Amino acid sequence: MNHALILPILLPLITGAGQLLFYQAPFALQRLLGFASTFWLVLLGIWCLQIAGTGEHVLYHAGDWPAPFGIVLVLDRLSAIMLALTAVLGFCCLLYASSGSDTRGAHFHALFQFQLAGLNGAFLTGDLFNLFVFFEILLIASYALLLHGGGRARSRAGLHYVIINLVGSALFLIALGTLYGLTGTLNMADLAVRVAQAPPSDAPLLAAASLVLLVVFGVKAAILPLLFWLPRAYSAATAPVAALFAIMTKVGIYAILRVFLLVFALGETPVSETAWGWLWPLALLTLALGGIGVLGSNSLRTLTAYLVILSVGTLLATISLATEASLGAALFYLIHSTGMTAVFFLLADLLGQQREEGYDRFSATGPIGHRWLLGTLFFIAGIAMVGLPPFSGFVSKAWILQASAQEPQGFWLWGVLLAAALLTLIALSRTGSSWFWRPGEMDKPYPLERGPLTLVSLMVGLNGLLAVFGDPVMGYLELTAEQLLDPRAYIAAVLPEATAARQEISP
Amino acid sequence: MELLYAITLGVLTTCGVYLLLRARTFTVILGLTLLSHAVNLYLFASGRLVAGAPAIVGLTERSADPLPQALVLTAIVIGFAMTAFVVVLALKAAVELRNDHVDGENPDEDRA
Repeated sequence: MNHALILPILLPLITGAGQLLFYQAPFALQRLLGFASTFWLVLLGIWCLQIAGTGEHVLYHAGDWPAPFGIVLVLDRLSAIMLALTAVLGFCCLLYASSGSDTRGAHFHALFQFQLAGLNGAFLTGDLFNLFVFFEILLIASYALLLHGGGRARSRAGLHYVIINLVGSALFLIALGTLYGLTGTLNMADLAVRVAQAPPSDAPLLAAASLVLLVVFGVKAAILPLLFWLPRAYSAATAPVAALFAIMTKVGIYAILRVFLLVFALGETPVSETAWGWLWPLALLTLALGGIGVLGSNSLRTLTAYLVILSVGTLLATISLATEASLGAALFYLIHSTGMTAVFFLLADLLGQQREEGYDRFSATGPIGHRWLLGTLFFIAGIAMVGLPPFSGFVSKAWILQASAQEPQGFWLWGVLLAAALLTLIALSRTGSSWFWRPGEMDKPYPLERGPLTLVSLMVGLNGLLAVFGDPVMGYLELTAEQLLDPRAYIAAVLPEATAARQEISP
Repeated sequence: MELLYAITLGVLTTCGVYLLLRARTFTVILGLTLLSHAVNLYLFASGRLVAGAPAIVGLTERSADPLPQALVLTAIVIGFAMTAFVVVLALKAAVELRNDHVDGENPDEDRA
């Protein structure tokens, strides 16, 4: 058993606890600890990508209890991708926050580490109740991070965000109770086997539990009827926090993938069919609403929040086709969109600080300082966001369109996806022209900090790199999709004895 | 016992959902509390209701399922922490926004 597998959870947890204990120590020390921990997480993420790349499921049995009885951590390709993505994003956000906004609250760095611990835990766990616990850890850290900096807008948005997520937690527990009552287990692999073997009389209750879970993950991922908390919450948060939250909606999507491609996917008529039926139209509507919202936003941060919704819609619509090609394409888009929405949250702050009035609001028409430099950055980032070549947005969208072309419903996805991209293009060009062209030069531009500017440029560069190394990345993602669509391998890895016993009985 | 239990759950959930849909933060928090009570009881019942059976295997002939009890304990701790947090948040919002409406603004006052 490799004990390093639990480090992505333990490292930020211990670092965060240490930062809380020594919060009176100089602020620079807290920053340094945070950097060290997050840098190690990046290295761990790369290591995870490597060991999961062999195609095996790497297990960690907590307390060395065998699988269905103890808590088990499972690392497969999907978990490894999510871990690495979280680590890189977290590192960038922490660097940006250290340019000044982290000093607005005493415990920013500790909360940031707890958030990372919760995220990593959710991506690693192989137990449904454990998933609930890690959701709560990441949520409670995110409640406090959202309020970081204080102010009326944050309190107001925070109240909605907290209450809707508490209701979500209650629903999560109801689904867990139902599943436990029916099957007597909460280990995902064991659950998948028992759900497949459940008598037909249990089918309606199982379907109900699966739909309640869909609602819970829908709140986290922001699917159409459950997304109205998102624009206000994300646009109220400080820039690095909002950028980190770009991964939060993806936790919901990760959970949907895990639960509906593993737990409810087996049996003659899989329970997940009902949920897939709901997911497709809702995802398309989410995508359409995202496009309309992008065009109708009144500030760059709100626009970015709608870009998050748009990306969730695209992802879920592609995922609900549930073919190998579509899953691979969706994962590529997941990496691209997480990075780019984070870039835009940071960019909104960077540009807003240089504007004479109105911060990031579109109604203000004052001039902006350093307009050639910032304008070029915005132009390149805009190209990457919309999905024009040579950036990875183009690769991922081309792959999505290609993957959906063979499907009968693909026609709808083509129409909505391309229309939403056009609306994004219009909204971004409107922003660019009204901020950089119309108002003219500023007499005395504010001093420009080099650190954050370089960081955001590097993040856009990373997006370009993703396209340059598109071939190996796509290869890895195709294998990930293959692994996701083969839940039996996951079950065989987690429950070797049970699988072996069943094969002896029914050869 | 099952009937009484089910009725209790139903009443708690109904009251919780009703209060949750009110417009003031205090009633919403009360609703959340009632809802989390209902959910905890529901989790507890998912191991089946048995009377006079300890949750330790081997002491008596019949024993209760210990796992839901552990789950409920975790859920209670988390729910308790969350309720404490949301109470503080609601107070903070009430002080900063000068009213206790969940939207942070009073629709009646704004119209006048």
